[in-house]
Amino acid sequence: MRYKTNRRSVRELAFTALAGLVLVAGCGKPPTLVGEGDRLQILHRGSSSDPQELDPHIVQGVPEHNILQALLENLVTEDPTDLHPVPGQAESWDISPDGTTYTFHLRAGIRWSNGDPVTAHDFVRSYRRALTPSLGCEYAYMYFVMKGAEDYYKGKTQDFSSVGAEALDERTLRITLNGPVPYFLSLLNHYSWWPVHLPTIARYGDPYQRNNRWTRPGHFVGNGPFVLERWEVGHVIVVKKNPLYWNAASVKLNEVHFHPIESADTEERSFRSGQLHVTEQVPQSKISVYRRDKPQLLRIDPYLGAYFYRINTTRPQFRDKRVRQALAMAIDRKTIVENITRGGQLPAYYFTPPDTVGYTSRSAIRYDPEGARQLLAQAGYPGGKGFPPFDILYNTSESHKSIAEAIQQMWKRELGIDVRLLNQEWKVYLDTEKRKDYDVSRAGWIGDYADPSTFLETFLADSGNNRTGWANAEYDRLLKEASRLGDRETRYELFQKAEAIFLDEMPVIPIYHYTRVYLLRPEVRGWNATILDHHPYPYVWLAPRPEASLATASAAAQRP
Amino acid sequence: MPVTATASPALAADAVEPGRSLWQDAWARLRRNRMAVIGGVVLIVLTALSLLGPLFLAYSYEEQNLALGAAPPSAAHLLGTDKLGRDQLARLFFGGRVSLLVGLAATSVSLTIGVLWGSIAGYAGGKLDAVMMRIVDILYALPFTIFVILLMTVFGRNFILLFVAIGAVEWLTMARIVRGQVLALKRQEFIEAAVALGLRKSRIVLRHVVPNVLGPVMVYTTLTIPAVMLLEAFLSFLGLGVQPPMSSWGLLIKEGAEQMEEAPWLLIYPAAVFAATLFSLNFLGDGLRDALDVRASKD
Amino acid sequence: MLRLIVRRILETIPVLVLVATITFFMMKAVPGGPLDTEKNIPQEIKVQIEAFYGLDQPLWKQYLSYMGNLLRGDLGPSFKHANRSVNELIAAALPVSLELGGLALCVALLVGIPLGIAAAVRQNTWIDYLASTTAMAGICLPTFVMGPLLVLVFALHFEHFNASGWDFPRDRVLPALTLGLVYAGYIARLTRGGMLEVLNQDFIRTARAKGASETRVVFRHALRGGLLPVVSFLGPGIAGILTGSFVIETIFNIPGLGRHFVTSVFNRDATLTIGTALFYAALVVALNLAADIAQAMLNPKQRAN
Repeated sequence: MRYKTNRRSVRELAFTALAGLVLVAGCGKPPTLVGEGDRLQILHRGSSSDPQELDPHIVQGVPEHNILQALLENLVTEDPTDLHPVPGQAESWDISPDGTTYTFHLRAGIRWSNGDPVTAHDFVRSYRRALTPSLGCEYAYMYFVMKGAEDYYKGKTQDFSSVGAEALDERTLRITLNGPVPYFLSLLNHYSWWPVHLPTIARYGDPYQRNNRWTRPGHFVGNGPFVLERWEVGHVIVVKKNPLYWNAASVKLNEVHFHPIESADTEERSFRSGQLHVTEQVPQSKISVYRRDKPQLLRIDPYLGAYFYRINTTRPQFRDKRVRQALAMAIDRKTIVENITRGGQLPAYYFTPPDTVGYTSRSAIRYDPEGARQLLAQAGYPGGKGFPPFDILYNTSESHKSIAEAIQQMWKRELGIDVRLLNQEWKVYLDTEKRKDYDVSRAGWIGDYADPSTFLETFLADSGNNRTGWANAEYDRLLKEASRLGDRETRYELFQKAEAIFLDEMPVIPIYHYTRVYLLRPEVRGWNATILDHHPYPYVWLAPRPEASLATASAAAQRP
Repeated sequence: MPVTATASPALAADAVEPGRSLWQDAWARLRRNRMAVIGGVVLIVLTALSLLGPLFLAYSYEEQNLALGAAPPSAAHLLGTDKLGRDQLARLFFGGRVSLLVGLAATSVSLTIGVLWGSIAGYAGGKLDAVMMRIVDILYALPFTIFVILLMTVFGRNFILLFVAIGAVEWLTMARIVRGQVLALKRQEFIEAAVALGLRKSRIVLRHVVPNVLGPVMVYTTLTIPAVMLLEAFLSFLGLGVQPPMSSWGLLIKEGAEQMEEAPWLLIYPAAVFAATLFSLNFLGDGLRDALDVRASKD
Repeated sequence: MLRLIVRRILETIPVLVLVATITFFMMKAVPGGPLDTEKNIPQEIKVQIEAFYGLDQPLWKQYLSYMGNLLRGDLGPSFKHANRSVNELIAAALPVSLELGGLALCVALLVGIPLGIAAAVRQNTWIDYLASTTAMAGICLPTFVMGPLLVLVFALHFEHFNASGWDFPRDRVLPALTLGLVYAGYIARLTRGGMLEVLNQDFIRTARAKGASETRVVFRHALRGGLLPVVSFLGPGIAGILTGSFVIETIFNIPGLGRHFVTSVFNRDATLTIGTALFYAALVVALNLAADIAQAMLNPKQRAN
């Protein structure tokens, strides 16, 4: 077996140690995971860290999503090219004319991986679990568009029938919303909405508490294209094709192996030595090398995220918005993305990423050092004189450090302001930021779903993720109004107005919009660029090209 | 001589006043050791370059040229530039100030604590020894990372903390080695002779035990310095220690290691300077060890 | 000897209690908790989760309940690896660390001691300089340089090994070398120093005067005392090798204990931190005891008392 150590290993080890190190040139190539995977349709995917859990109502991260996507399927699922909602466990749905009631019709004969039929009741039971306060689902706010969900979650009622989720029969599910939510079907593609098999969870503990062992291999019951086969912490997670999946006939991969590799450098080397088909990241210094030497392996996809600096607007020197604007205008974003991040990131002159489902902010800031100096002078600090020195807070990372060093120099050069760098370990940094004990702090925000509101609502006055001390009544009003509307054009106009206020007030300084930069072997097919970096596995397959193996063989033959 | 040939010259020095002191002897022997002298000269040159080198450079360590990026050595930048386009030679000079200071200062801290702790525990024995060595065991096992994070949150950014943090861990193995040596020495004739002569305990430890453990101590000290310099890089990366854009050899090596294929000059030069320092220290250390070897001195 | 062992085992108890206690309170004192994430958790939910983990209790109650569980051998649940217990995590990582550490230890001893002896016996000759230089290379090249360098040469250039992973038997070679060579450098230097101390002592002169062969002098007489500093170093050294190295496990992506030791602190996964610290403490105490016994045996005079 590949992952097991056996008694022979010691002997082979001694042999390879000798053969490998003494007869450096004479020893053969080791078997690679990719070579074997290509033969057996096993995809090896790099994943930045171990999943915290595989319970969709508890997890929070991206690596968790990538695994759960193989194990569970919701009413709708995603189109592999542009992620628009397509039928999943539901074969069709009706939307009421006012846009508030969705009626889903489940496919006939769909089953859980243990053979139980998937029914509308399973979905209602799952929603109830996710909304039960004792479970502490951290993404429960994703449900708050549903009637009564917020009250139930916050314990204002114990009666789940007051929540707008109802099984009309075994195969019909009706969900009632608070108002029209045009992106509701996209919202369903967030894992907090995905169904779980309650009887299984109840077998391994209290379904309404954490630390339930139902997510272990052998226990896990899902309804997705794959089933959980193995989960070794820090080593590998293996999922295997699920023969009971309704569309199993079109699933070409036999297995997917997720390799948690935290270091980007290690991951890149693993990729090069044939241990991975696709990586999670690429070290910054390697991006230009791949771009030059092996562009066919480098993938740069647009991604729904913004990298920015928060400004603590409660600090006296930052109360004046002209100071904040001056800081923003003195940063040369183009130089930063071209020379430091290098991964095709877009210089950010507004907050919401461009073309977020058809929305691009019309207002924008400029790179204008002269204008920045004037604004700073108007605010009472000509030439930066008398401006109190302050810190840029960032969490420990080589990349954050480089960007902060560059911005430090830009502010010093353009504005004459002295800035220090403050590097804190991740959790300390979070604590400092939440206590608003910082001056300027680096941050990032990734959209939870495809809609501009996931960005703009972050800076509502009462948002726990605001953390800048900035509040604007008109901004809040515009966004609240937009959340009640169903018409896309009208909503987007309100977002335009809100973002114009936001950019004028400048409580955060946008720096760049993310891209997903990763390495992908050419034999991986059906792997499309999508804005949320989702790649539905039923559409992915491996097509090893004979010429590719020939090329490596001839390269090997050239060696002495 | 009244004390037999098995006695240490130091003890002999107690009994009969010699013409030359132990230290003068040692200095004379050290000067005859070619490798040690070369090591010493290299160290002095490196220190002088770190202190004075920046005066002769056209670039400061923090001046960026983002468009240039990581460029190989050229006439303008003798050792090339890092990924932010900063002059590597200037960064190496400035980094040397940090690394040499940290290396020597933090090592002295750990040396002092370790030698005292180990000799007291070893010489006293019994309950005191047990308690002292179990404290060492506890300190080994405590997770160092939390300690560092805690130091930073309580005291903020402070260069002095670096020495505290490093001193807190690096003396442990030193203490164990010294104790092991002292236990072995304790039963040797010349110590027993000193006891029989009625010398005070503190005098025995300082004049006879400590000089006799100097050999292994010297070797371990020269091993501690690189460990300390690399630990500094780890701590600085966590935010304790040097603040960017300032750098140190350890940090330069760490950054160079991340780009060893694309920009090998970023690794090679700091690593070469680091290696030169360590080799010099070791040869100097070996020379000192030989020079101070009280038994060999009788040849 | 038996009395020494029994006494030391008894001394271990307060050591472990203190390690657990100090680590527990340090973890409580550092800012940030296991539940803090970039996205804010609503207060009412945070309260629920804290209640589940008992984090809402006063500190002394949390401490007592942790120590109570500890008495029963239960190290508690991990926060980061949400459906695993600390006992399970350590049990899963330990064999990996032991295997890697054992191999690295062999490398360290087989390279380090011969180099050290050769250098000492031929002091201040080219053999000494060559051996010392080789040993120094292991120290000058920190693991985060040595590891990637070995990978570039042997895995990516010559393609004899995989760049990372713990899947095939030959995946052990490069990490074991990287870890072993650092320690080999230390051991060689310490062996050389220790041997030189002994080679000049009178009983060696006596042995030589009596006509014992040089080999016999070195291996029968000098090595015993010469290894003393190495043995002192190896107590904690072996504990360090066997519990793995964060850097090496990261470079080679190995599922060992070393990573838990460091990342659990970053995750504020207090139970896992304390669990690994306790495990490490027990190992340090045990190996230091072994080192002390070995020392007593190497040193006949100490043994006599």
